[in-house]
Amino acid sequence: MAPILQTKNLCHVYGEGTPFRHEALRHIDLSIDRGEFLGVIGHTGSGKSTLIQHLNGLLKPTSGEVLFDGEDIWKDKAFTRAVRFKVGLVFQYPEYQLFEETVYADIAFGPKNMGLDKDEVDRRVRRAAGFVGISEKSLQKSPFDLSGGNRRRAAIAGVIAMEPDVLILDEPTAGLDPLGSEQILQNIRDWQAAQGAAVVMVTHDMSDIAECADRIVVLSDGALAMDGTPREIFSRAQELTQIGLDVPQVTKVFLRLRELGLDVDPAVYTVQQAAQALLKRKGGSPC
Amino acid sequence: MLKDVTIGQYFPGDTALHRLDPRTKLLAVIVYIVALFLAKWYVSYALVLAFLVFAVAVSRVRPKVLLKSLRPILIIIILTGVLNLCYSMGDHVLVSFWIIRITREGLENAFFMILRIVMLILGTFLLTYTTSPIALTDGLEQLLRPLAKLRVPVHELSMMMCIALRFIPTLMVETENIISAQKARGADFETGNLVRRAKALIPILVPLFISSFRRADELATAMECRCYHGGEGRTKLKQLRYTAADFAAFGVMLALLAAVIVLRRMGL
Repeated sequence: MAPILQTKNLCHVYGEGTPFRHEALRHIDLSIDRGEFLGVIGHTGSGKSTLIQHLNGLLKPTSGEVLFDGEDIWKDKAFTRAVRFKVGLVFQYPEYQLFEETVYADIAFGPKNMGLDKDEVDRRVRRAAGFVGISEKSLQKSPFDLSGGNRRRAAIAGVIAMEPDVLILDEPTAGLDPLGSEQILQNIRDWQAAQGAAVVMVTHDMSDIAECADRIVVLSDGALAMDGTPREIFSRAQELTQIGLDVPQVTKVFLRLRELGLDVDPAVYTVQQAAQALLKRKGGSPC
Repeated sequence: MLKDVTIGQYFPGDTALHRLDPRTKLLAVIVYIVALFLAKWYVSYALVLAFLVFAVAVSRVRPKVLLKSLRPILIIIILTGVLNLCYSMGDHVLVSFWIIRITREGLENAFFMILRIVMLILGTFLLTYTTSPIALTDGLEQLLRPLAKLRVPVHELSMMMCIALRFIPTLMVETENIISAQKARGADFETGNLVRRAKALIPILVPLFISSFRRADELATAMECRCYHGGEGRTKLKQLRYTAADFAAFGVMLALLAAVIVLRRMGL
């Protein structure tokens, strides 16, 4: 099956012709399949945010192209706008873009811009709110009366209410407590399972990505450094460290165990896998 | 789009002009403006212009960047030129048709007026290009200090100015982020009539206001945590001190002013 989103030789240069010229993206070839959960990792300034803003046509490539369903998203204005609804983008700290008087109206902003009728907008708002766990009562509140975590949920609901085919999230758990971020990740996974959409998540948190992603791409200095399953990526711990990234904590523990002479799998990246690997080593069976 | 705004921008550098005391630079700009308005004829304008060119050369600010700052006031410059050209009294008529009568005096007036405005803008912009906002407000506070005796809150005013200047770039970045975020939800800023376009700004302005208030609140708390209580008894980490270069600069400015006054007397 053809990928839903694809970039071909995508390059982006900021400030062309000035002393501040900066190559943010270099020759990115990336394809995103329908229904997959893709993790994007890279240290600050590696071009992650620039990349995702190309995927829904907010930034225009300096050279190269971005294809949605096989068609260039810049082929005409109407198509670019249509793609913005099909590729939902949740920015970093999305709670700062809330502006309406009620949470309901804010979530309805996207669907209304799509030109849907009132009943459909209503259905989508309630469905999106349900996914992120915003109660019926909270929908009529002002977004500014919600707690920080709920405000972020409302903002995410505002994008998933557009029911996009691809949902892109830039650091959705930044600044939240462990419980709050775990819940948001679960909300996103639930929505993905129900919608069958592709999800692209940009993050710094290796544990988050290890839990969720089917596939991971690593960006370094504006170029695609690695592309593979979490297992493949996290088994290259040394290379990751070299480009200033980390591996999940449990992987670190296992690497150290190996150094100490214990023959365990070094590419373990979730706590569950770790428990299994240890039990196998002990000769016992998982309980 | 917003990145192109250069008004009040500071270009860091380490030239003689950058190193001058901000008070010296502020006073120098005042003297420069006085000299510019006293200038009467080609010779005196040429002298002031030569001084400006010299200052720009010392500052190493690229002339192209400096000239770009004229763009926002281009209309004012053109209008001034046209008005002076058409409505100046004079006997030496060069062109005359319908109600328009262009005289040699008018031509000269227009030329001098345009030159005066352009040099005024360039001179003051050179100040902000070579002086950091903090140094500028610091200098201003020192110069206005005598007014504190008349119960003018000089320190508070300069602190406000400093904070305002500091947050211009921050707010610009924030505005761009909010615009992108709302565009991602299908907001449309480019089509529709005036009312629709004005309405389309609400999703940008509301979050921007809220975040400005939040920032102001956080800043106030942070300042209070460090026991900020206004200007009374406050000492400075960086004391402003005049150096030999500053006295030299004062000398140059006074010489320029004196020369322009003498030239004016001579009708040049």
